[in-house]
Amino acid sequence: MRIDSMFLKPPETADAVTVEVEGRPVVVPRGASAAAAALIAGLASTRASPVTGEPRAPYCMMGACFECLLVIDDEPSQQGCLVTVRPGMRIRRQEGAREL
Amino acid sequence: MKRDFDFVVVGGGPAGLAAAVQARSLGLSVALVDEQPAPGGQIYRAVERAEAEGRAAALGADYRDGLALVRAFRDCGAVHFASRQVWQVEPEGRVFATDGRESIVLRGSRILVAVGALERPVPIRGWTLPGVMTVGAAQVLHKSIGLLPSPGVWIAGSGPLVLHFAAEVVAAGGRLAGILDTARGGLPEAAIANAAGMLRGWRYLARGLGYLAALRQADVRRVTGVEAVEAVGEGRIARVRWRVNGAWNEAPAEGLLLHEGVIPSTHMTFALGCAHDWDDAQRCFRPRTDDFGATDVEAILVAGDCGGIGGARVAECQGRLAAIGAATALGRLPVPERERLARPAREALARHRAIRGFLDALYAPPPELLAPPDDVIVCRCESITAGRIREAVALGCRGPNQVKSFTRCGMGPCQGRLCGPTVTGTIAAELGVPPAQAGAFRVRPPLKPVRLGELAALAEPGEGA
Repeated sequence: MRIDSMFLKPPETADAVTVEVEGRPVVVPRGASAAAAALIAGLASTRASPVTGEPRAPYCMMGACFECLLVIDDEPSQQGCLVTVRPGMRIRRQEGAREL
Repeated sequence: MKRDFDFVVVGGGPAGLAAAVQARSLGLSVALVDEQPAPGGQIYRAVERAEAEGRAAALGADYRDGLALVRAFRDCGAVHFASRQVWQVEPEGRVFATDGRESIVLRGSRILVAVGALERPVPIRGWTLPGVMTVGAAQVLHKSIGLLPSPGVWIAGSGPLVLHFAAEVVAAGGRLAGILDTARGGLPEAAIANAAGMLRGWRYLARGLGYLAALRQADVRRVTGVEAVEAVGEGRIARVRWRVNGAWNEAPAEGLLLHEGVIPSTHMTFALGCAHDWDDAQRCFRPRTDDFGATDVEAILVAGDCGGIGGARVAECQGRLAAIGAATALGRLPVPERERLARPAREALARHRAIRGFLDALYAPPPELLAPPDDVIVCRCESITAGRIREAVALGCRGPNQVKSFTRCGMGPCQGRLCGPTVTGTIAAELGVPPAQAGAFRVRPPLKPVRLGELAALAEPGEGA
């Protein structure tokens, strides 16, 4: 599900990067993190808690809370706030625990 | 590539950068490992890019000041391992770091832990709802890529960063729904108790007053005397509620940014087995160090906010002192020379630290934050409430590690980073003992998740045992 992002549209820069968030193209500033891309895309939540199934979303953006776990280029359980976007990066919600 | 160094620095904020520059100037070989792609830490985050894009000046003179330090670091000849998460530091000086695919091992004769602070967890009702973030998180997004919160976003909390960030948003042309100020109005008491420090730290005070004036001028709604805050919504925040003089109010909210000060990031020093003390003024644990940042573990030093909150300038001074101390410990700098070099850093340290007592008193966290009501989630990873912790205490648990075994609290991916302070606080309040007696979580490696394949790849033939 998508909502209006709680952040304003980012300033346009010449070297912006296009990534895929939940299958849809999103333009984000160069240097953005994958978690920032998910926030800009306006995902209502970015993962489901593996314990309760509750929706969760990035909280600290500094690598401490692990709320921003995402599936990035098919690799599950990545700390989205610590991964810098690359053109074409595929970012998806993390549904519960990763499969081993 | 070279893997053995005199001095390995973990963390690329002001403490780590200043330490690396100082250590290089004393002839030490230096490596700096950092989680971020560029030097600066959280305080000077992405300062080079912000400058290149013409955004740095709007982020404030203090932020832009970081450029000089970052440039000095770039030029100092230290080896920079960027975008690397350190998942293990051994007391003997080995540092393991991953880029998410591959791990490297560095060896340092001395290791400086300069991993900074994290925002104090703010366990309130609804704080796990999407749309509830920290003020620091929003500031990271602003500094690094120029993102501003929507006008429907609220800020709730207290501490210097609340006013700083709100003023930053306004200066950048943004708007906010309002600020719910939870500072408990201890201004006169805090001022009287710390008058001398306030005089010495007048620059910090002037800055705070400047923020307030800017917010008034921009007509930002500011509610003072807020006793409690809650986020409400189904699957996402929709409204914020707050209590003033016992009466609840509410308003629509597109988002809520929380902040109740910062605390040292002690995960690494606890894992290393360093001795820690409870700091009653800052309401947190911090590693025990001498004047040069040396801990009770010979190869390990600490500088910056991870050793006790002092801010960027204090961190910079401590980083320099740690490098000076390490050089002497390694036999590279005679003691008289050490004392001569240390003097200016010590003087600057005292000057920048003078205001801290006032800030600590003014922005002391409310008791409910350290021991929240029963229905509030404390451990976000495992969704464990304060009530479950109290049940475990009633069953006989006397510390965080027992509570963890009984409830899984602190057993999720964040490894207790976000619940540890609250678990300690809740147990201490329940038992009526000081937090130091309740104790803290034992921390074990890996400090960050690391794949088994990476561990296996480290055991290269001939390097075993």
